[in-house]
Amino acid sequence: MLEFLLRRLAQIVPTLVFVSVLIFGLQQLLPGDPAQILAGEEQDPGVIAHLREKMHLDEPLPLRYGYWIGGVLQGDLGESVRTQQPVLELVLQKLPVTIQLALMAFTIALAVGIPAGIVSAVGRGTWWDSAANAFALWGISTPNFWLGILLILLFSVQLGWLPASGYVSPFEDLRANLAAMVMPAFVLGNAIAAVLMRHMRSAMLQVLSSDYVRTARAKGLRERVVVLKHALRNALTPVITLGALELGTLLSGAVLTEQVFTIPGFGKLIVDSVFNRDYAVVQGVVLVTATAYIALNLLADLAYFLANPRLRG
Amino acid sequence: MKTPLRTTITALLLLAASALQAQTHLRVGLAEDPDVLDPTLARTFVGRIVFAALCDKLLDIDEKLAIQPQLAQSWEWSADNKALTMKIRPGVTFHDGERLDAAAVKFNLERHKSLQGSNRRGELAPLSSVDVVDPMTVRLNLSAPFSPLLAALADRAGMMVSPKAAQAAGANFGSRPVCSGPFKFVERVAQDRIVFERYDGYWNKANIHFDKVTYTPIVDATVRLANLKSGQFDFIERVASSDIEKLQAEKKWKVARITEIGYQGITINIGKSEKAQASPLGRDPRVREAFELAIDRQGLVQVVMDNEATVGNQWVAPSNAYYAKNVPVPKRDIARAKALLKEAGVPKVSFTLMTPTTSDAQRLALVVQAMTREAGFDVKVQATEFATSLNLADKGDYEAYVLAWSGRADPDGNAFSFHGCRQPLNYAGYCSPETDALLSQSRSARDPAERRKAYEQIAERVLKERPIVYLYHRNWLWAYNPKLTGVRQIPDGLLRVTGLKTQ
Repeated sequence: MLEFLLRRLAQIVPTLVFVSVLIFGLQQLLPGDPAQILAGEEQDPGVIAHLREKMHLDEPLPLRYGYWIGGVLQGDLGESVRTQQPVLELVLQKLPVTIQLALMAFTIALAVGIPAGIVSAVGRGTWWDSAANAFALWGISTPNFWLGILLILLFSVQLGWLPASGYVSPFEDLRANLAAMVMPAFVLGNAIAAVLMRHMRSAMLQVLSSDYVRTARAKGLRERVVVLKHALRNALTPVITLGALELGTLLSGAVLTEQVFTIPGFGKLIVDSVFNRDYAVVQGVVLVTATAYIALNLLADLAYFLANPRLRG
Repeated sequence: MKTPLRTTITALLLLAASALQAQTHLRVGLAEDPDVLDPTLARTFVGRIVFAALCDKLLDIDEKLAIQPQLAQSWEWSADNKALTMKIRPGVTFHDGERLDAAAVKFNLERHKSLQGSNRRGELAPLSSVDVVDPMTVRLNLSAPFSPLLAALADRAGMMVSPKAAQAAGANFGSRPVCSGPFKFVERVAQDRIVFERYDGYWNKANIHFDKVTYTPIVDATVRLANLKSGQFDFIERVASSDIEKLQAEKKWKVARITEIGYQGITINIGKSEKAQASPLGRDPRVREAFELAIDRQGLVQVVMDNEATVGNQWVAPSNAYYAKNVPVPKRDIARAKALLKEAGVPKVSFTLMTPTTSDAQRLALVVQAMTREAGFDVKVQATEFATSLNLADKGDYEAYVLAWSGRADPDGNAFSFHGCRQPLNYAGYCSPETDALLSQSRSARDPAERRKAYEQIAERVLKERPIVYLYHRNWLWAYNPKLTGVRQIPDGLLRVTGLKTQ
């Protein structure tokens, strides 16, 4: 176990280096001139020249990568050229929001998706199964922004129960925070619940038809024990992998949902920064989310250990 | 004894309650997130909305675009129009308590001229030096007469920041700006909110009726409107034109519409690169005239803008004092357009129209495509992400480009950089020494009649060449809570907080 953990940790370093080169390199492929777009309406040649110098745009690529990575290693992610805010400050402002939204959405997804998947697998072909499948189809095919706007129109404009936007920190006012987060978390969670449900169902169906489950049933165990104790553990492995990937995606921001509910998370920050060619921000935020993604995958590997005793060998 | 005590407590509680109630908060929904909050470096339109509450300017403009005093109480031009003497308003302090005086004005104008990356240098180009005449009088010396200076001083170039704070913060001033406006900076969370609170030392505080202002950027117009309707906002800017009719029918919200000082148009590559010569559109003015004649501007405004725009054919709207009446808006004339194409020897003209990805711009391109087909144009619409399109335009790697301009109060801000030879915004590549001379004349003349004459001559020359086919001037559409009073409709599209009140 310890050896496995150390080996995985050692793999993280080259992965991150690769990721940093990739982020940096891909960004250079974007068409357009960052100095031009950042120079704003007037397109003053003096301003463009200044921005070019500030962003080292005239220097060779490896040197520019060196400047950036050198700063990162010293904990300096650079500064937004557009707003002059330090990237680290932007990340720290948005990270808690993104984490909270991701966790709330994920909790909703787990709470709905896993039981729905189990119920529909166990009761295959029943009314329950059809209802769960219909729900999954709806969840997968409903666009987030559309569902978001409908929820706002219903709960904010018509009923006036929830605020349409306006993020509040949970440390400032927990109630207001939850009121602002519940709709976006539901919108995001809804789609993921559907995906989890489908996977849970198929994994469960496969496990339920295996020999050891038949043996367990033959031993006279109650169905409840067979399903929840014997079958579920094995069926969970692929769902954990998927869940970690989904959670990782949530942590890299949910652009449309954030935009509809004005949640100040990572998604909108990255997209706006790409459009504005605010390189330092894109690089900094993507690096942080990539690190989070890798860490989550590591956690998922650890979760396999807990769920599946055979891996502990 | 008991009764007076009770009365006192009740009175105190009432007082406290009324004090609590008096805590008023203005919440504004913006269409974009502003850029850096340093008037010297700022580059976006939306940033100017926020500055209107944060940083006072030497001058301001009113509903009719006339120059009004703000931090400068009065001003006077020298006989040769090469020096502007301004009397500074006494008793003005910055948010850090520092006094605004002639030395501070000198510091600010010099900062605009010298700070690395300053976006104000162009607007203040002819300003050669600033003299402190006495503690409250400043003289701006110009290398040549420059009448657009007043309008520039009524915008970001006239915004005064605290010299002490600016020196202390250096290049990072924009993350904690200190100005002399009615509100002072509290915090900024990128893409979430910008919060200001009332500045108690403000010189005109009797006209400030809010304790706090929050600006929240929400890009999607539908969501912005939903936030107004659910009571999250008191005021939103740039309502989608398609929402206006319903909003007015509901009668629950007030709507304001102001003709912008900018324009929407199609820029044509007529000399920016060799590509101009390769296409009949870029090569032959007759083809461009035919293109313009094939467009029905009124129809365009109806379909694209739900009638929330004024048709126009110049860099200023027909209602502007500097609109050249000698070149009126042409009517659609397909027969004449066809005849012109025949005369040019190209009955069928095919070209690519580059457009930004906004829905308005794309709708415009599609309608123009349909309208001009009748005259013999085959327009290919190519939607291009903004940064890329800007780069292609600058390199001259395009044929025609749908491009809007937010506009400046002085017509010079809409014309000079677009039609002067090799000016930064001259994507068309138009260049004429005669027009350049006339543009300089329009800048140096101070008499409005003389300037108008210069613009008439410019319009006659430029609009014949058609480096830009001007189409219309959009309405700034605002919606707000009817309890909000004192909303001033100034054509620059910036919300003034002075005088705003809730009932």
